[in-house]
Amino acid sequence: MLAIIDYGVGNLFSLKSSLDAIGESCFVSRDAAEIRRADRIILPGVGAFGDAAKKLEESGMAELVKELAGIGKPILGICLGMQLLFDRSYEDGVYAGLGLIHGEIRPIADVIPKDYKIPHIGWNQLQFPGEKNPLFQSIQSGDFVYFVHSYYGVDCAESTIAVTEYGAPLTAAVAQGNILGCQFHPEKSGKTGLAILKAFCKMGGERA
Amino acid sequence: MITKRIIPCLDVRDGRVVKGVNFSGLSDVSSPVELAKYYSDNGADELVFYDITASSEGRAIFTDILREAAKSVFIPLTVGGGIQSVADFDRVLKCGADKVSVNSGAIQNPQLIAEAARRYGSQCVVISADVKRVDGVFRVFAKGGRENTGLEAISWICQCVALGAGEVVLNSIDTDGVKKGFDMEMLRAVSEAVQVPVIASGGAGKIEDFVDLFRTLPKVDAGLAASIFHFGEVKIPDLKAKLKENNIPVRI
Repeated sequence: MLAIIDYGVGNLFSLKSSLDAIGESCFVSRDAAEIRRADRIILPGVGAFGDAAKKLEESGMAELVKELAGIGKPILGICLGMQLLFDRSYEDGVYAGLGLIHGEIRPIADVIPKDYKIPHIGWNQLQFPGEKNPLFQSIQSGDFVYFVHSYYGVDCAESTIAVTEYGAPLTAAVAQGNILGCQFHPEKSGKTGLAILKAFCKMGGERA
Repeated sequence: MITKRIIPCLDVRDGRVVKGVNFSGLSDVSSPVELAKYYSDNGADELVFYDITASSEGRAIFTDILREAAKSVFIPLTVGGGIQSVADFDRVLKCGADKVSVNSGAIQNPQLIAEAARRYGSQCVVISADVKRVDGVFRVFAKGGRENTGLEAISWICQCVALGAGEVVLNSIDTDGVKKGFDMEMLRAVSEAVQVPVIASGGAGKIEDFVDLFRTLPKVDAGLAASIFHFGEVKIPDLKAKLKENNIPVRI
């Protein structure tokens, strides 16, 4: 059973539909006791980092995610949910993240050529810098996934499991043991995205 | 490398997909739920659902259809038509939309763009403009292309982007339904004026029209069409193969 954490940010309809489509039973919740019973959790999110970090904190979900991360439960952050796993973000100020992935969130404008549009919106290809993480077991290098973002993860080389090229290499996915994150939206990435979600649902972790 | 996007548009009225030629003479095409799933599984990069219902009854049907369709669509889904308020954004986002396109609602109240962008982020707000030449000037039309607002199109679109719109759908009324190619002149003017993605709409009749679009105007990010896809005149996998042959980056 998978829990999608609801802390008042973003649209959870598609995520739930895509998990239903791959036959993974899941629920959307902000109830700590209920979420603790799940085998794995997804931390979604769209919008601004500062606002989301505040909501995550106020809802008590920040503490809960850290607690579950500590006991080895597989956690997947998606888009802003991935960024929240980092130490801090420089989106319209400086905000602390959960510190589960070492690195920072910086504007893509820092590295991409001036004539590239921001946000980075659309379908782009994944490349795997090192050994392929189990999250991508059935994905080929060059497969397309859907991105929508203006900020990205930096100083996270040791956790980077996928990058994408947008005038510069941008962090596309990260992992540190049981903590995983995708900058792209697997729930909006067609068959490739569903395969990634399926792989996450097969990942081990703490079992009572 | 980021790809050019191919986007089928489903105009929905009373729960059915329809497509007008020059915005009149609508004819039934198919079930939105089936068509959406078909496109999601067969190479479309994104889908647009456009609600052309006028009654509140029809609006409720549309929302039900949207929710049903979104369950089997795993590509981005944009919803437009009748979006007048932040409450309308909320209504369609809760039913599975990823982006919301505003047209007449933004003309009546441009602040709607700013409010929605603040609340949901710019990536969620698409400005859709129906534009037609009047005495040599690009003018914005409202009410499904029936009413000349008098607004000059390029400055209107720039204003919308400044307010927070994250994408522009430019629909040329002059070429819509004519099937002789996209409106290059109008698209050039818009794509050179804004830094956000521009989606070309109106005029595609065959595969070569998309090749011309992306070769002539590399700043255009996506091509949108309706009936040529719905009636099978252009099959998306064939279209993408042809684009790839012409060194235009596409997702295959």
